[in-house]
Amino acid sequence: MSTERSHAVGEHPELPPPSTEVGIIGWVRHNLLSSTTNIVITVLTIYFLYIIVPPMLNWIFFDAVFSADSRDDCRAIAKAAGHEMGACWAFIGKRFEIFVYGFYPAEERWRINLSFILMLAALVPVLFDHVPYRKQALWFSLAAPFIIGWLLLGGMGLTPVPTDKFGGFMLTLVIGVTGIVGSLPIGIALALGRQSHMPALRMVCVAFIEFIRGVPLITLLFVASTMLNYFLPPGTTFDLLLRVLIMVTLFSAAYIAEVIRGGLQALPKGQIEAADSMGLKYWQSMRLIILPQALKISIPGIVNTFIGLYKDTTLVIIIGLFDPLGMGRASLADTKWQGLSTEIYVFVAIFFFVSCFSMARYSLYLEKKLYTGH
Amino acid sequence: MSSQPEEAAPDLQVSDELIIKIKDMHKWYGSFHVLRDVNLDVYRGERIVICGPSGSGKSTLIRCINRLEEHQQGDIIVENVELTNDLKNIDAIRREVGMCFQHFNLFPHLTVLENCSLAPIWVKQVPRKEAEATAMKYLERVKIPEQADKFPGQLSGGQQQRVAIARSLCMNPKIMLFDEPTSALDPEMIKEVLDVMVELAKEGMTMLCVTHEMGFAKTVANRVIFMDGGQIIEENDPHEFFDNPQHERTKLFLSQILAH
Ligand SMILES: Nc1ncnc2c1ncn2[C@@H]1O[C@H](COP(=O)(O)OP(=O)(O)OP(=O)(O)O)[C@@H](O)[C@H]1O
Ligand SMILES: [Mg+2]
Repeated sequence: MSTERSHAVGEHPELPPPSTEVGIIGWVRHNLLSSTTNIVITVLTIYFLYIIVPPMLNWIFFDAVFSADSRDDCRAIAKAAGHEMGACWAFIGKRFEIFVYGFYPAEERWRINLSFILMLAALVPVLFDHVPYRKQALWFSLAAPFIIGWLLLGGMGLTPVPTDKFGGFMLTLVIGVTGIVGSLPIGIALALGRQSHMPALRMVCVAFIEFIRGVPLITLLFVASTMLNYFLPPGTTFDLLLRVLIMVTLFSAAYIAEVIRGGLQALPKGQIEAADSMGLKYWQSMRLIILPQALKISIPGIVNTFIGLYKDTTLVIIIGLFDPLGMGRASLADTKWQGLSTEIYVFVAIFFFVSCFSMARYSLYLEKKLYTGH
Repeated sequence: MSSQPEEAAPDLQVSDELIIKIKDMHKWYGSFHVLRDVNLDVYRGERIVICGPSGSGKSTLIRCINRLEEHQQGDIIVENVELTNDLKNIDAIRREVGMCFQHFNLFPHLTVLENCSLAPIWVKQVPRKEAEATAMKYLERVKIPEQADKFPGQLSGGQQQRVAIARSLCMNPKIMLFDEPTSALDPEMIKEVLDVMVELAKEGMTMLCVTHEMGFAKTVANRVIFMDGGQIIEENDPHEFFDNPQHERTKLFLSQILAH
C-alpha cells in the first residue's frame, strides 16, 4: 500500500481494527499477556488449575460410584472398574430423601413439593417486573406464605405435622426464606424509626438494633431454645421452630436496618425537601421518593446480609434442629457408610453455593436494571 | 451580568390582593438569630427578586414561606392560611406554593414525566392519564416534551432545571419560589432557564426569586429586596434600587456584584 495520502482530509474511510486487536487473539493479548506481571500471573494460574482441576474432576465424576449399598460396596465397584475410589455418591443417593425432606412423613411429602413450587411461583412476580398479570400475581405472592404455612403444618383437612419433623433442605428453606421475607420490612421500619423525629421511637429502635447486633446469633438461638421458657407464663408451649424463626428474623432485621440507614443517609437532603415542598405526606415521600432510592443504594448490603442469614441457618444444629449439615452428621453414624463425610460436605456446600450464588446474581441484575444514569 | 433576557420589562399588572403577609418574623437556628424582624407584604402578580451577600438569610426566608424551615416568632400568612404547627395548614399552603431549588432536586429514579405527574397524582388525586397530559403540557411550555421518558441523570443542567419548573407548575401553584435557580448552571444554560421564568412572569405568576441575575431583576422584577445579616435592609423598584441605592451596604453589595 502506498504511504502517501490517498484521501482528502476528513474523508478517510472507516477501517476495521487490526486483527491483533479483536477476536480471541486480541482478547488474550489485552487480558492475559499485556505485561510481564500479567504473563507470570497467567502462567501460574494455568499451572494451578492444572494441579487442582483434573484430580477434582476425577473424584467428582470419573472415579465416582453412583450406586452401591455400602461403603465397602463402593470400594469394590471402583476396584472392579480398575480405578481408585472417588466420591461415593451412592451414599447421598440413598440418603437423598432425608436430606431434602427431613423426618417429614413419607406419604405427606407432596405437600413440601407443592409448597416449593408455590414459593417459586410467588417469587417470580416479586423479583421480576415483566410478568404478565403482575398485579394479580402479586396478590397471590401475598397469600402464598399463608398457604405454604398451612400446607407444611397441616390442620384444616390436612394431617397435622409437628415442626420437630422438619429437617434437611426444607428446614433451611423455611428458616432462610422466612427470615429474608420477614427481616426486610422489619429492617426498613427500624431504619426509619432510627431516623424519626420522635425521641422515644428513635431510642427504642436504637436500643433494639444495638442489642441484637451486640449478641452472637448462637446466643439468641440458645435464648430461644431454653430461656424463653422462664419468661413465658408456665404452661405456654411455644413451638421451638417458631422461636428460631423469630430470632433469626430479628437478628437479620437489625443488620438490614443498619444497611438501609446507610442508604438513607446517602440521599441528598434536597430529595425530601422537594417532596415536602410539593405537599407529599411523610409516608408518601418515604414510599415514593426516599425508600426506592435508599433501597437501591443498599442492594449489595441487603443481599450480603441475606446470604449471611441463609448460611447462618446451619447454626440451628446447636439447638437440636436437623438442617442438611445436621442430617449429614447424623447419617455418618451409620456404620455401613462410615468415613464418607467429604461427600456430605461437598453436597451440602453445592446446595448452599447454588442458593447464595443465585442471590448474588439477582442482586447484580437488580442493580443493572435500576441504573438510571446518575 | 451575563445572559440577560432580551425583552424590555413587560408592563405587568399587580393586583392589590395580598397573597403573602410576613409580620415581625424571627427565626433562630439553635442560638443563631438568622432572621430578624422580617416584614414583607406580597401582592398577587408581584415578581420580587431577593438579593444580598452569602449567608444573609435569603434562602431561609423563602424556605419559611412553605415551611421547609420553621419560624419561631411572628406571623406568616399565605393565601389567607396562617402557617402554624397545624399540618393541615402546612399541606394547604404547600399545595399553593411551588419551589425550585439551586440543585433542581429532581427524583433521579423517576422519569421526567413521572417526576412531573407524581405530586398531582398523590397529593391532588388527579387520575394518572390526566396528570400525565398536564405534565406534557408543561413540558412543552418549558420546551422539552421530547425528554419526557428520559431520566433526570440523562439531561443537561439547564434541561433539569426546566423540568423542575414544569414539575412545580403541574401542581398549578399560585406562588412560585426560586432559590438561586441558575447559579449551578453553565452560562450557556442560564438563558434557557431565565426565558422560562420570564414567560411565567408574563402570565401573571406571583414569584419570589433569590437570584444574582441582575439582568433578570431589572427586566422582570417589580420589586427588589436587599437582605443582609438576616434583615431586609432595603426594598425598592428595580430602577431606583440599581440607580439610586439608599443604603451603604446596598451600594457596597452592588458595586461588588456589578464589578465582575
Ligand atoms: N440548617 C442550618 N443550621 C444552622 N445554621 C444554618 C442552617 N442553614 C443555614 N444556616 C445559617 O444561616 C445563615 C443564613 O443561611 P441562608 O442559607 O439563608 O443564606 P443565603 O442568604 O441563602 O446564602 P447563600 O447566598 O450562600 O445561599 C447562614 O449563616 C448559614 O450558615
Ligand atoms: Mg441560599
